[in-house]
Amino acid sequence: MEFKVPTMAQMIADGETPEILFWVGCAGSFDERAQKITKDIAKILHHVGLKFAILGTEESCTGDPAKRAGNEFLFQMQAMANIELLNAYEIKKIVTGCPHCFNTIKNEYPELGGNYEVIHHTQLIQGLIDEGKLKASNGEYFKGKKITYHDPCYLGRANGVYEAPREILQQLDADLVEMKRCKTTGLCCGAGGAQMFKEPEKGDKDINVERVEEALSLNPNIIAAGCPFCMTMLSDGVKHFEKENEVQVLDLAEITAKANGLS
Amino acid sequence: MQIRCPMILQFLFLVLLIAAAGLFAKNIAKIRRNILLGRDLDLSDQKGLRWMNLLTIAMGQSKMATKPIPFLMHLCLYVGFVIINIELIEIVIDGLAGSHRVFAPMMGSLYNFLIASFEWLAFLVLLACVVFISRRNLIKIKRFSGTEMTKWPKSDANYILVIEILLMSAFLLMNAADAKLQFANVDHYIKAGSFPVSAFLQNILPNDVASLIAIERTCWWFHIIGIFAFLNYVPYSKHLHILFAFPASYYGSLHAKGKINNMQSVSNEVKAMLDPTFVPIQTENPGRFGAKDATDLNWKNLLDSYACTECGRCTSMCPANQTGKLLSPRKIMMDTRDRITEIGKNIDLHGKDFKDDKSLLDQYVSREELWACTTCNACTEACPINLDPLSIIIELRRYLVMEESAATASLNTMQSNIETNGTPWKFANSERANWTN
Repeated sequence: MEFKVPTMAQMIADGETPEILFWVGCAGSFDERAQKITKDIAKILHHVGLKFAILGTEESCTGDPAKRAGNEFLFQMQAMANIELLNAYEIKKIVTGCPHCFNTIKNEYPELGGNYEVIHHTQLIQGLIDEGKLKASNGEYFKGKKITYHDPCYLGRANGVYEAPREILQQLDADLVEMKRCKTTGLCCGAGGAQMFKEPEKGDKDINVERVEEALSLNPNIIAAGCPFCMTMLSDGVKHFEKENEVQVLDLAEITAKANGLS
Repeated sequence: MQIRCPMILQFLFLVLLIAAAGLFAKNIAKIRRNILLGRDLDLSDQKGLRWMNLLTIAMGQSKMATKPIPFLMHLCLYVGFVIINIELIEIVIDGLAGSHRVFAPMMGSLYNFLIASFEWLAFLVLLACVVFISRRNLIKIKRFSGTEMTKWPKSDANYILVIEILLMSAFLLMNAADAKLQFANVDHYIKAGSFPVSAFLQNILPNDVASLIAIERTCWWFHIIGIFAFLNYVPYSKHLHILFAFPASYYGSLHAKGKINNMQSVSNEVKAMLDPTFVPIQTENPGRFGAKDATDLNWKNLLDSYACTECGRCTSMCPANQTGKLLSPRKIMMDTRDRITEIGKNIDLHGKDFKDDKSLLDQYVSREELWACTTCNACTEACPINLDPLSIIIELRRYLVMEESAATASLNTMQSNIETNGTPWKFANSERANWTN
């Protein structure tokens, strides 16, 4: 990265407090494809001058896949350790790069003692656009391109965030087209509920193939996503149909970064 | 006609009324007992919001509108059922007192208006039933089939529709005969009511008074006995949703769909592990973590299972089901209901401590079904009365993982990665911030 991404530990040592904590998430930290999204989120935060920090090596899995696989013990062990850390740092506001982390910290941590204002990065970006801090000045890259947006379940149905991602796309001179199964009836990419970490049960086809088939039927140039798990599933689906040279799968953070000349 | 309705018939009516109401109450009490076999759960909060949900979702049918044709047809049935049943009050009084159209003299023209609306509604109910039967048996809408839609659930749906058609036909035929008897100035048949729909049936009826009285009385008795019988069919049928949709939507989830409950019993253990001075919050002894059998589920899960009318909207939206996997959220609901009903029957036959060697897990719901769920909430979103198959799936998974350590191999790898590295993948946590370099 061309700028320094501070950790909470460093900020505290320097006697500083961030305006917002960027909760990167495991996929965003380790998965090569998702790291690109993480970097773009950091670039956006840096570009608008928001004072932010990450937890760095102190961050640990929220426990989402463990909980959804049925391991409540492991989930609560993770949750309580994370909450202890976040409370010790007196964190008030968190932006996540992953709808699963977003959902878990927002909805499942409060009862366990973790109360924070939690937003997903698409909500942050939408807010920055509304404030005029992001301008989409390089928007011509997207001019006339056909974009369809895949609702991540844990952003859409799980938390009712349908508009922020779409408003980001409406900023561009692109042609936003909707799949038949969108918003409340959006089809899952197939990765939720710990499916990301296991082989699918036997069936007629894989869920991500079904989903990408629907997306490709619209002949899009770009399939937009807002979740690192969806990113993996959709990218694999596009490869399944050997369309990776014609159709890009991009996160909304990447689209925003590109439109603002940050990448 | 001197004694049109002799005392013996009034007595017979009274006996039938008491028997029907009594048997119905007994069966509903049994279902209530079955539901309360589930674990305790405090849902006494936010009463205002809960009443709003009952009014909009159950009474207002707000979630039905996503499918316009079934919505309109169902609305005809629902409004027809509720409003035509107002006449049931009159029918019961007439049956007990031996009177005929007892409300007519005191209501005047309002009575005519009411009878006319009942007739129009009866017509709409008939129409809706015919459309519904066609959708199920001729057009064969996909969501009405599936592995769980075996002979009984399919017959159940058809029986309900046929019974409603018969009841409404008897009601209209009775009115047609009544109108003709009124026109013929037959004693006891006071001039009352307005018959915009049954007027078209008058031509198919004979003209002689004796036959007309026979038809009118037969239809009257058929209609009311039919209602008594149907009332006692409902507790054995998916049609139970006409009652249980109300408590189910009242007690439905009030938080974000993505939230899965935190188990207090686990919080106690984890907190005690982290802090030896922690005093655990009292919880009902869970017996086991998660659910192996229907009695390990909470009472709301069991209430949901009785409220489900097997419409299949959940299954038709389920990504696993749409791609040919075994999972069907509707089957989860039906299995739960069938199993808790079986447990209830065992209690009736063998006493409350009787245990058979079956359980909801494995004998009803297979592990393959459970592991196919993506927790995407398409099912809970699709359900017109906010039932929650997902929470049953999670409880069964919790049992599998926490009691049997029976997760799939790859899920076990994921869990041990979280335990050792704080991430579900096999990465060292020290590399977590490498992307910043």
